[in-house]
Amino acid sequence: MMSLRTSYLAAVFWPRIRRNKLAITGAVVVLMLLIASLLAPWIAPHNPTQINAWQVLAPPSTSHWFGTDELGRDVFSRVLYGARISLKVGFVAIGIAIVLGSVVGLVAGYYGGWVDTVLMRCVDIMLCFPAFFLILAIITFLEPSIWYIMAVIGLTGWMGVARLVRAEALSIREMDYVMAARCIGCSNLRIILRHILPNALSPVLVAATLGVAGAILTESSLSFLGIGVQPPTPSWGNILTSGKDYIEFAWWLSLFPGLAILVTVFAYNLLGEGIRDALDPRTDK
Amino acid sequence: MTTYLLKRIALLVPLMLGITLITFTVIHLAPGEPVDMQMAMNPKVGKEARERLTKFYGLDKPLHEQYVTWLSKLARLDLGRSFSSDNRPVLDKIKERLPITLSLNIVALVLEFGLAIPIGVMAAVYRDTWLDKGITVFVFLGFAVPTFWLALLLMYFFGVKLNWLPISGLHTLGYEGYSWLSRTLDLAKHLLLPVAVASFGSLAGVSRYMRSAMLGVIDQDYITTARAKGISERVVIWKHALRNALLPLITLAGFSIPGLIGGSVIFETIFAIPGMGQLFYQGVMSRDYPVVMGILVIGAFLTLIGNLIADVSYALADPRIRQQ
Repeated sequence: MMSLRTSYLAAVFWPRIRRNKLAITGAVVVLMLLIASLLAPWIAPHNPTQINAWQVLAPPSTSHWFGTDELGRDVFSRVLYGARISLKVGFVAIGIAIVLGSVVGLVAGYYGGWVDTVLMRCVDIMLCFPAFFLILAIITFLEPSIWYIMAVIGLTGWMGVARLVRAEALSIREMDYVMAARCIGCSNLRIILRHILPNALSPVLVAATLGVAGAILTESSLSFLGIGVQPPTPSWGNILTSGKDYIEFAWWLSLFPGLAILVTVFAYNLLGEGIRDALDPRTDK
Repeated sequence: MTTYLLKRIALLVPLMLGITLITFTVIHLAPGEPVDMQMAMNPKVGKEARERLTKFYGLDKPLHEQYVTWLSKLARLDLGRSFSSDNRPVLDKIKERLPITLSLNIVALVLEFGLAIPIGVMAAVYRDTWLDKGITVFVFLGFAVPTFWLALLLMYFFGVKLNWLPISGLHTLGYEGYSWLSRTLDLAKHLLLPVAVASFGSLAGVSRYMRSAMLGVIDQDYITTARAKGISERVVIWKHALRNALLPLITLAGFSIPGLIGGSVIFETIFAIPGMGQLFYQGVMSRDYPVVMGILVIGAFLTLIGNLIADVSYALADPRIRQQ
């Protein structure tokens, strides 16, 4: 099974995605961002929370590439450290959404019947809520903390994954190899985990990549509204909150963190779409 | 068709119950009591007064009792009174703001689809050319740009730098004295930026969807037949193919409603538009439970109804479903 998948990757997936220049660009940017955020303490030229009263709202210069903010803190260092927060939120939130969505989707698709009906109705109900309303309400009622933000974004974002996985599970459970597994006496749990899950993973991979981008956007919106990551911890959203107040005198405070969000989300979307195209058998030419 | 309609409507009941249950649970998970907020504002209020307030709002009863009371009131469209100092009925507050948010979102939706459909069709027709690639990149930028940041930049350029457009509110001060025409122009000027911001983000998704729907249709046999009959390419694409590719977009319009409503929090807060999104943000910030619950429920109901309309129009538009 494993060797088959590895050879599939080598023979079909890799040559396909390699030809997709946009996807490769996305992958390279994603990788660079990951490295930069991991190495932030070594790369950052200044301490991101160091206040400097002599350098308030200084425009970009050789010592402060992205200028300084209203407390004289180095914007480049803050954006760099903000990447850590954004990526962390993105990964953890989507991790939660993927696990929850996969469990619901697998159970609904594999068992079918009333289990399926009940679970899918729950999905329908959750989908009725404007997600941002729900997130906003929950986070404000709890105290703002990065853990709550990740949990709430994850708990309000699993429905799409559940639908995808359910659709896959519905068709996979009719496959001969599932029948064979059942004949040799495999338990339901084993069939779900060993036979259905691995074969339902490709749409999940796409959803996860695109989902990270979505979660980063949501987190930055929340922080911008002042209910996400709290100062002095830098996040792209909360740097923009002060950017908004000083937009008339300090464009750099708004431009750079916004560009950081744009580039990150852009890269993840390109990568996700590239993976989708490469996995789609219909794109064969 | 009638059975289908009845079935869809019957399904609304459990969905609505589910919506109310989730709303109620969410709000009551919160540790902070609204009474605490009111007390914090006024230190002179004693313990006794606090208990009286709690009782007044019914917060001392067990949760399931509170839920049943709330639900039966909801059935009579009574959403309770706001905790804020004006103490007005929540329904009245929502009623005066809902039309603003709805009309803004409808304008945005029309603009979005009006632009996304031709963009998507062009990308599909000129598949894999530089035009398609250019559109793809532009569309992905739309996906990636944070709404609030775009709003900020546009406000800065068109409002502050160029001074072409107003940057907040819906009317100029003293607009009541204007003639009908200049009042409309004034409103249009105020709406231009918010609507542009609201539609740009979702433009991406719709045009992308349109592109793949179109690609799916273009390979069909009936398109080849149409071409073989010698119909001009323009008619083949914009009539034969587009009509069929448009169908799934109806469902998409239904699905984009919660996103639009949710997004209204951001641009209404930024552009100081007195709509439902702004009311929700204020409600959330002051822990005004009835307002938050009311808007959550109404937002979800609107989505539900939007989806129903989308499903029914889909069935009406598709003869294969209509005849069943």
